[in-house]
Amino acid sequence: MLIRVLRTYLRPYGSWLTAVVVLQLFGTIASLYLPTFNADIIDYGIVRGDTAYIVRTGGWMLLMTLGQIACSVAAAYCGARVSMSFGRDLRAALFRRVMGFSGREVAQFGAPSLITRGTNDVQQVQMLVAVSSSVMISAPIMGVGAIIMAVREDPGLSWLLGVSVPILAAVVGAVAWRMMPQFRRMQALTDVANRILREQIGGMRVVRAFVREPQETRRFEQANAGLTGTALRAGRLMALLVPAVVLILNGSSAAVLWFGALRINAGQTQIGDLTAFLVYLTQILMSVMMATFMLMMIPRAAVSADRIGEVLGTESSVAPPRDPVKSVVTQGQVEFRGVLFRYPGAAAAVLQDISFSVNAGQTLAIIGSTGAGKTTLVSLIPRLFDVTEGAVLVDGVDVRMLDPELLWTRVGFVPQRSYLFSGTVASNLRYGNPQATPQELWRALEVAQARDFVEAMPGGLDAPIAQGGTNVSGGQRQRLAIARALVRKPEIYLFDESFSALDLATDARLRAALRPVTRHAAVIIVAQRVSTIQDADRIAVLEGGAFVGFGSHRELLRSCPTYAEIAASQLSALEVA
Amino acid sequence: MSGAARKTVPGRLPGAGQPAGRGPPWMSLGTPAEKSMSFWPSARRLLGRLRPQRLRMACVVALSVASVAFSVAGPILIGRATNIIFSGVVGKQLAAGMTKRQAVDAERAAGHIHLAEMFARMHLVPGAGIAFKALATTLLEVVALYLASATFLWAQGYLLNEVVQAVVRRLRSEVEEKIHRLPLRYFDRQPRGELLSRVTNDIGNLSQSLQQSLSQLLTALLTLVGVVSMMIVISPLLALIALVTIPLALLLTRMIGRRSQRHFIAQWTHTGDLNGQIEEAFTGHELVKVFGRQPEVARDFDAKNDQLFGASFAAQFISGLIMPAVMFAGSLNYVLVAVIGGLRVATGRMTLGAVQAFIQYSRSFNRPLTQVASMAGTMQSGIASAERVFDLLDEQEQTSEPEAPARPAALHGRVEFQHVSFRYEAGKPLIEDLSLVAEPGHTIAIVGPTGAGKTTLVNLILRFYELDGGRITLDGVDIATMRRDELRSSVGMVLQDAWLFHGTIRDNIRYGRPDATAEEILEAARATFVDRFVRSLPEGYDTVIDEESSNISAGQRQLITIARAFLTRPALLILDEATSSVDTRTEALVQHAMAALRSNRTSFVIAHRLSTIRDADLILVMRDGRIVEQGTHEVLLTRRGAYHDLYNAQFGGEQTGEGERVADGGRARQSAAGA
Repeated sequence: MLIRVLRTYLRPYGSWLTAVVVLQLFGTIASLYLPTFNADIIDYGIVRGDTAYIVRTGGWMLLMTLGQIACSVAAAYCGARVSMSFGRDLRAALFRRVMGFSGREVAQFGAPSLITRGTNDVQQVQMLVAVSSSVMISAPIMGVGAIIMAVREDPGLSWLLGVSVPILAAVVGAVAWRMMPQFRRMQALTDVANRILREQIGGMRVVRAFVREPQETRRFEQANAGLTGTALRAGRLMALLVPAVVLILNGSSAAVLWFGALRINAGQTQIGDLTAFLVYLTQILMSVMMATFMLMMIPRAAVSADRIGEVLGTESSVAPPRDPVKSVVTQGQVEFRGVLFRYPGAAAAVLQDISFSVNAGQTLAIIGSTGAGKTTLVSLIPRLFDVTEGAVLVDGVDVRMLDPELLWTRVGFVPQRSYLFSGTVASNLRYGNPQATPQELWRALEVAQARDFVEAMPGGLDAPIAQGGTNVSGGQRQRLAIARALVRKPEIYLFDESFSALDLATDARLRAALRPVTRHAAVIIVAQRVSTIQDADRIAVLEGGAFVGFGSHRELLRSCPTYAEIAASQLSALEVA
Repeated sequence: MSGAARKTVPGRLPGAGQPAGRGPPWMSLGTPAEKSMSFWPSARRLLGRLRPQRLRMACVVALSVASVAFSVAGPILIGRATNIIFSGVVGKQLAAGMTKRQAVDAERAAGHIHLAEMFARMHLVPGAGIAFKALATTLLEVVALYLASATFLWAQGYLLNEVVQAVVRRLRSEVEEKIHRLPLRYFDRQPRGELLSRVTNDIGNLSQSLQQSLSQLLTALLTLVGVVSMMIVISPLLALIALVTIPLALLLTRMIGRRSQRHFIAQWTHTGDLNGQIEEAFTGHELVKVFGRQPEVARDFDAKNDQLFGASFAAQFISGLIMPAVMFAGSLNYVLVAVIGGLRVATGRMTLGAVQAFIQYSRSFNRPLTQVASMAGTMQSGIASAERVFDLLDEQEQTSEPEAPARPAALHGRVEFQHVSFRYEAGKPLIEDLSLVAEPGHTIAIVGPTGAGKTTLVNLILRFYELDGGRITLDGVDIATMRRDELRSSVGMVLQDAWLFHGTIRDNIRYGRPDATAEEILEAARATFVDRFVRSLPEGYDTVIDEESSNISAGQRQLITIARAFLTRPALLILDEATSSVDTRTEALVQHAMAALRSNRTSFVIAHRLSTIRDADLILVMRDGRIVEQGTHEVLLTRRGAYHDLYNAQFGGEQTGEGERVADGGRARQSAAGA
């Protein structure tokens, strides 16, 4: 997965990457050559006592150094460019993929996990690219260069390279191999610790009200201990690496000297070649070490890449149509035809045999007990989910065939959890209609019974809204969410328990104000309160995923026992009065 | 009392006298503006966190010194081995039986001054070959030396790992504990994603960079010291040259570092921003889609992503310059040594061997230098994160618990508000001069239009916020003088937002009382009708609820929170629109359970259900942060005041539905609609 991610997202920066390689190559050659100049100073300058030659060669060396630095700077520039562009592109790809997901995929991963994947995991892979573009490219160049030089110096000793390089690689590889699962666990435990922190921050009031700080701290402490334990194990393995490399490196040097001495004694090699060989051996093993250091980042990055790949590889279960219907006669009509909905893998259907149609100007209310499938039903209209069987039609066209943009512009959706975005009242109201004038906003607020409190807020329309809308009360949030849908002026209104946090008076006023506004639109209201829905044109009673009653309030009171029961349960209190 | 900031108001809030609401206060605070960097104070503070580990740190330093000492001595031994081989090679070429002096003199006579010099310094036995026995001994010494060095290095790495992990663990714990001590106001103004980025990304980055850099930094610095002292022994003059390049390297590092530090801070700030944006977009995912806002959200994301790219590119590139800069200083040193050393040998003031050894050392001098330099970037990034974490740790906490906390002699549940005033924002009073008495065992229903301050009122009982004036007493004791945990343990609460944590349904129910028995849990679940739907779940009480809780409905979540409060059996009960998402049939059942729960307990109920309100012992009618009326249902109805109006407006519809003969405006309308 790591390789696929790297290949895909580095491809646009191929030329930059090539530049890095070329620059590193030049830089490495320059640094491999510096000792040769030094040898010249000794052989020609010092031996002949030619001080002018010494100074001149020194000048060349300086020039070489400057060239090397220039290469390094340019390589650093290109490397930074490549790695950070890579990170940016990967983040953007991930973000776009998630935005295309349906509710099902988001729920499957969980929003928090998606956030971690989008930031932290991308960071890990990006870091790998950043380091690779400097060290991981130069180390092999240095290593190969040194091997060529070493073999040239003394082919008879080359077999030693064949021993010590594999030993080093094997030792380092074994350690890295054992570290891999630790890193994987570390990432998972980091997720756990982060999730606990998220929960604590999100559920702050509950934690405090139940005086659970000590337990929460203990819960976190457990996760922290687990994380620390794994990090310790990984760190202990890591602590083995450098000493092992030092030992192998110097053991090899001793071996080179010993076997070199044997060869010299046999007249097969020169002492100068032996010293040079020693220098190159050191260089080779150093670059192997550098490379393995960097290799250690790979397991970590690979885990992250897997997590990123999982997201990128997940197709939205609500795929946009291939050949979308781009224009329809705008009516504002919704129809369900024999709809069956089942979560993938689930045995029981959430909805079955649902058929109805709502025309423009009509209001359909859906009532039913908690978990009856009401929310799922309305979610099918804006295609937050797709039906398993049957079809949902908007203005006579299957929603799966409609251009999503076209579909969404005609739906005004007020979800059960009224969520507001950080910004201002106005920015939230304009969410679905950026061109709306202040007059239009006020009109929507008036209908939503939100005018008074918005006027009272400092700044009015420009009053700040915190993320999620946490700085306004639940009822205010709900009314702003309703106003937001109104500003869109859609042909279809979906209210999913949108009046639950309102007191009955506000609820009644709001619905009364809504009526003229939605005169030419199809309205579907999901509610729990009989009072909210009793004046709807038709009421559908949902029970266990199927309609058990369909008709007006009066009809249902007579014909549908479930409805009568619901009505009685809400009104029974009054009878006692 | 005036709106003068009390202790709980964080110092960073805009001044109390400032007109409120001109621009969002938490927006400007949430994204920390690029502040003056403070690398050293933060670095020092980070190092200060090593103090509890000082014994281990001392061991780490001692082990590093030992390891470095052995490894610095290594080249000398290898040099000796080379000399043995060289002597053998030279000796073999000379006639056997010659003395060393004769050989030296012969070379000198032949005009080979350098060779003669060299021979004189060598352990030379003419005619003898390589002394393999001596060579073997020396090489074994080399291996032993490095074995020792490696062992010390391993021990150092092992110990340092423990130290770093202990420090990081402590830091994580402190941040977590800090979260519980911050006033709720802090969370009201801090975007969640940004805060989370601090406690996750920044701590992660910090621990990673601490782990990477500390060990290398230590050995590199010690190696530098070792190598420099060896150089001084060989040639003070050349050592001086080498030492000139160190300040140069430091200066360059500092110059570059100062620039890149700014970008690192920006990088982590932008990471926090982006995190906030992603969090918001992913959480409001459905809305973004249905409202067709994907292009705008994507544009916003791209802008922030580009900002992050800009900052991280600059940070990466500029800090990437440190390495070449230091390499430049190192190479300059190398060239200078080669040239000046060469000149000195040519003029006969130094031996070639000495220059060679020196060059060897100045090469090994470069490595730790570049190592330190390459760590600089990591360090800077880590320190930038450390600063953000320290900022969080420095946030003003809620007022500390009183030293001698008061405690009601016996808990009856009598709550009194005395001239209470409170405001979220200075200059914008929310609750003013509010007084009320709740007698033990009574149910207090709070009614009033949305936004009247009902939720705030109950928040104050729990001391989620500190008062701006007046006081609240529980059984005669000012709650501000009580310990928060004692106060809160006597209060049970069901909030508007049904918050559950990741865990099984069972664990969530016993959240407030972990020691509850299985029977008690079942009893609570039965009483609140959780049992009914849990039975239909394949895994029953072991069903794991996730943070977003997609596997159970909103109503079911709320039932669980009711069961949770039920189980704690508190003296005081707070119910805030607790049943708004529960279907009405279930709710009717829950109401019965709640009624049982409320008996013998003082209960504050923010209710929209008539039954609760009517049965209440005291009804508070709130409007604009004030109690405009209080009394029982009957009394208030006969008074024909605010409650009467509210009652008619709110419950007229329900009564019409029931066919009762309450004539109001709503009736005709609704019957018409129903027909």
